[in-house]
Amino acid sequence: MGSTVVNSLEVRQLAYAYPDGTQALFGVDLSIARGERVALLGPNGAGKTTLVMHLNGILTAGHGTVTVAGTPVAKDTLKEVRQRVGLVFQDPDDQLFMPTVRDDVAFGPANAGVRGDELDRVVKDALERVGMLEFADRPPHHLSFGQRRRVAVATVLAMAPEILVLDEPSSNLDPAARRELAEILRSLDVTVLMVTHDLPYALELCERALILSGGVIAADGPTRELLADTDLLARHRLELPYGFAIPAG
Amino acid sequence: MGAGHHHQLYLPGVSVVHRLPPQCKLLAVLAFAIVVVATPRERFSAFAAYAVLLAAVAVAARVPAAHIVRRMAIEIPFVLFAFLIPVIGLGERTTVLGLSLSVPGLWAAWNILAKATLGVVASILLAATTEPRVILVGAQRLRLPSLLVQIAMFMLRYMDVIVDEMRRMRVARESRGFEARDVRHIPVLARSAGALFIRSYERGERVHLAMLSRGYTGEMPIIHDISASVRQWGTALALPAAALAIWGLPW
Repeated sequence: MGSTVVNSLEVRQLAYAYPDGTQALFGVDLSIARGERVALLGPNGAGKTTLVMHLNGILTAGHGTVTVAGTPVAKDTLKEVRQRVGLVFQDPDDQLFMPTVRDDVAFGPANAGVRGDELDRVVKDALERVGMLEFADRPPHHLSFGQRRRVAVATVLAMAPEILVLDEPSSNLDPAARRELAEILRSLDVTVLMVTHDLPYALELCERALILSGGVIAADGPTRELLADTDLLARHRLELPYGFAIPAG
Repeated sequence: MGAGHHHQLYLPGVSVVHRLPPQCKLLAVLAFAIVVVATPRERFSAFAAYAVLLAAVAVAARVPAAHIVRRMAIEIPFVLFAFLIPVIGLGERTTVLGLSLSVPGLWAAWNILAKATLGVVASILLAATTEPRVILVGAQRLRLPSLLVQIAMFMLRYMDVIVDEMRRMRVARESRGFEARDVRHIPVLARSAGALFIRSYERGERVHLAMLSRGYTGEMPIIHDISASVRQWGTALALPAAALAIWGLPW
């Protein structure tokens, strides 16, 4: 990892137990350099969502640290951190809570104090990047699922984040919507952490992958290599879909 | 999904009334309603004049009479109640069409009917010319308690989502052979309602997380800065001003 440039994300020895005592993370270490697209793989219950909740301070670390572009996540830096970490939730209906697409994309920047023409410009730009500008005045519930997910990405892009964190971005998408989202994600010039168990999608979009299993990072390397290691995948309840083979290259 | 792209009450348009800022219209309707309610019930001609004022607004807003009449159905329970008062009322009685009716009851019924109808028509005109979400922007501009405005806003956004969830639960019940036919089925429906409540509550928590993630601090940020000019205020307040003038006339 680059040492002169500040990493987009640094997680050191992160451990967390839920209030009921269930330990979810047991010391997670990872770093993501600026501009990287990294997949975070893991079976259900591995602690993926818990880890994501730490990245913008919704949950606070029981032990260890999270640093976003050099800023440690702490109570007094929450506002700054939340602007830098763009979280895209799994269910777009949770993410899109405003009456229209335009208002929803404007929500983040407006909270940061952006107003008037500047706000319009930011919203227009974010919607253009996901190809949803023509739907700006629609209420979110009149959009298709794939369109809603793209708007959800736009709501976060409007905040010009340092790193985009996507929770299961391909879930519930039909094949065409899945491909369209991949094209959009590839076109963005931003650091991406993609949490998923859609392994082909991870291979398609991310050079590097991490496997989170049992609350620790169990593997970290090029996606192609990790996915070619059948034993490794099997140990962590991961497997490639039927008929899928890692293309040579 | 599948529903029209506009709420049933709203009629898209570009009339003078449509273009007025929402806060002006809200305040105008409120002031008009206050003048109407404050008018003594004996002044029949004043009520007629108020109705003419509303008709003039409807014409200016190009809202067809049929639209208004259809939406007035919401008033029916009040109308039924109003019709009951003269029958069960006390005091001096008179005979109409062979029915013995109470005179104070008749006055009370007329009072309710006339004032409620004028208020309802004014609200229908507001709703026909202003999108629901824009009405809420107006309420925000008028500094209504922010919490109430936010609750109304979320209701507007999630109504369809919750109705959809309800429909899915009904389909799930019916595909396992359940059909609500009599009272014995109420416990099943009650449990569904409970499950729906919990699901909505959990969704509320997730939405709150999403809001926090985008810098929510308890206040809705101002996104639409719809400020009203003096002229727009003047146009909107012409309605209550005219009503007030009618009220002040010597009768």
